[in-house]
Amino acid sequence: MTILAADGVFKVFGRRPGEAVRQLRAGASRDDVRALGTPAVIDASFTVEAGETFVVMGLSGSGKSTLLRMLNGLWRPTAGTIRLGDADLGSISARDLRTLRQERVSMVFQHFALLPHRTILENAAYALAVRGVDGAERRRRAGEALEMVGLGGWEDHLPAELSGGMRQRVGLARALAAGTDVLLMDEAFSALDPLIRREMQDQLVELQQSLGKTIVFITHDLNEAMRLGDRIAVMRDGRIVQIGTSEQILSEPANDYVAQFVADVDRTRVLTAGSVMVRPRAVVVVGAGPRGALREMRDAQTSAAYLVDRNRRLLGVLRDDDVLAGQRRGVETLAELTRDEVTAVGVDAPLAEIFAPSAETPLPVPVVDDDGRLVGVIPRVTLLEAMAPTESANGDGSGGTAAAASAPPGRTNGTLSAPATAVPA
Amino acid sequence: MSATEIGPRIPLGAWIESGVDWVTDAFGVLFDLVRTILVASFDAAETLLTSPPWWVVVAVLSALAFWAKGWRLGVGALLGFVVVLGVDQWDNAMASLALVLVASFIALAIGIPLGVWAARDDRVSATVRPVLDFMQTMPAFVYLIPVVVVFRAGVAPGLVATIIFALAPGVRFTELGIRQVDREVVEAGHAFGAPPGRILRQIQMPLAMPTIMAGVNQVIMLSLSMVVISGLAGTRGLGREVVSALSTIDIALGFEAGLAVVILAIYLDRITSALASRSPVARALQATAAR
Ligand SMILES: Nc1ncnc2c1ncn2[C@@H]1O[C@H](COP(=O)(O)OP(=O)(O)OP(=O)(O)O)[C@@H](O)[C@H]1O
Ligand SMILES: [Mg+2]
Repeated sequence: MTILAADGVFKVFGRRPGEAVRQLRAGASRDDVRALGTPAVIDASFTVEAGETFVVMGLSGSGKSTLLRMLNGLWRPTAGTIRLGDADLGSISARDLRTLRQERVSMVFQHFALLPHRTILENAAYALAVRGVDGAERRRRAGEALEMVGLGGWEDHLPAELSGGMRQRVGLARALAAGTDVLLMDEAFSALDPLIRREMQDQLVELQQSLGKTIVFITHDLNEAMRLGDRIAVMRDGRIVQIGTSEQILSEPANDYVAQFVADVDRTRVLTAGSVMVRPRAVVVVGAGPRGALREMRDAQTSAAYLVDRNRRLLGVLRDDDVLAGQRRGVETLAELTRDEVTAVGVDAPLAEIFAPSAETPLPVPVVDDDGRLVGVIPRVTLLEAMAPTESANGDGSGGTAAAASAPPGRTNGTLSAPATAVPA
Repeated sequence: MSATEIGPRIPLGAWIESGVDWVTDAFGVLFDLVRTILVASFDAAETLLTSPPWWVVVAVLSALAFWAKGWRLGVGALLGFVVVLGVDQWDNAMASLALVLVASFIALAIGIPLGVWAARDDRVSATVRPVLDFMQTMPAFVYLIPVVVVFRAGVAPGLVATIIFALAPGVRFTELGIRQVDREVVEAGHAFGAPPGRILRQIQMPLAMPTIMAGVNQVIMLSLSMVVISGLAGTRGLGREVVSALSTIDIALGFEAGLAVVILAIYLDRITSALASRSPVARALQATAAR
């Protein structure tokens, strides 16, 4: 289902925007109409589907923010139409537009845009307060959103007391608490330092898996675009020059500009374990005992499960037959029944480093964070899909696929304790 | 060679004079009403400050200083007021304080909304700015004369002249404060569907408050600086003392009344700047700085 649709959208700042659009339509270049105004967005058309993360990427001044601000009516297009659900943002009344923003579309800002004199909880509850949700309900929902972004316990602090990454989590919580199905994010992570930025990207991916929002995400960072985007639109000087999946952008750049943009990016380096991992189906906490482990596997309909300690640190892999045998023998501690057959990888490990562990076992490769906690798994099929999407019938075959196919199929005894963690730049 | 030899003299002064006459005739009722309101407000403020025993007023004013800033300012205020009492200028000081409070209140009641309007509309801003420049740079004596003609001698012309002179910073600082508010935060208000009034109340005004409070401080200080000139128009208070000291060359009286003005000025300045740093946003910023 299409949630957002832009059709032939122009936005020209300046003295004679209408005339500038007419000339641009007639084929004039951006520089030709300079005297009439600044064309920030030129003839943009695209759709965003429900549940999709649509990334708009481009250099500074390419018109990304302007485009985004037209999607919730902060700015009206000079020409063209934008539809959000059933509403035409060009003809909607100011009051209806406010209602639409309250109910359907919220926004996360580059510099967080929090109210410095309000507590974290009040900030997170802002959208609900605007909508007139009563106090108790408002606090409950804002509290839940803060919990979701990992800021439980900070409710009564002021934004100034938080680090940049935490403040942006508040910005995210504020948008999530609003409960809208569409989320607009303008360089939401650009002001954060690289490590925090990765963390936020991962968190967004994770949240997106459970919440299924429709997200339009602006960035000037190709890596970020690749990590987050289901589809990516590349903008240059106000025009959208290509829209496609990250693979399409990488393997079939529409023109030299895009090619240049992506030149130094090796696909297997761009995608990381964290960006392709999924939720593990069967996880057993060490105290559960063989009986609990078997029940967990039965419920998840798998024949293996990941054993973790109370802090979710990965201890090993349990096989149903081992556990069953152990139970018969009267073994009570699950830790004795694990196999060391799977090598865990770090969240930031590039996909290139996951082929070897993946080849060792048919089980999904566990992904652990810096503290060794299990955060996700990568089924082999996901890995293969990530490398060679079926829709892009690419004749030459990507290097990734070849590598996966030629990896030795034999089993080696890897160690679980040494995750292959990439060093972040 | 005098100017008249170049050409006919422009009778600007005469035009203004007949204009003032016309205005006085045409709007006499209105001016009487304004005069009545101003005098009543001043009387009320003065009564509030002078009818309780002096030590009650001193205690309250010093307690206010203590609450706003701390014990140092509290003690300082106490000493200052004791000096004013000691030189026998208490009643005059309270009359001047009443004038400053009433004039500042009215100047802010006009200035802040005007500043908000100017911040939201560039055309209003462009219209208001030269008018404010004019009001502030024109020597007060110049408009004191028509004001006295229109409102007659006494408290009212003093108040009006003071309000005219002190209006500008209230407007300017409010406009500046609101325009300075982080654009993204205002945008956030819009993006979550808040109506403009709510954005003004909950985002723009609180975030502009430190700047607006600096404007409040300026308005009060400018009002106080008009005390002497309003004394010329016949307003009760320290100003009239200074004026009479001037006309009788009474150095002692002039110094004592002048000293009382200075004490009032320091008191009002410290209190208002302390209040400025007590706004929620200013506190939040201090919290950051302290970390
Ligand atoms: N309010 C405005 N008035 C006039 N010109 C503007 C305005 N906003 C943006 N522009 C111009 O429109 C063009 C696109 O700006 P925009 O902010 O959309 O770019 P961007 O891709 O978001 O860049 P950045 O990465 O720096 O945020 C720029 O040339 C900018 O100067
Ligand atoms: Mg931008």
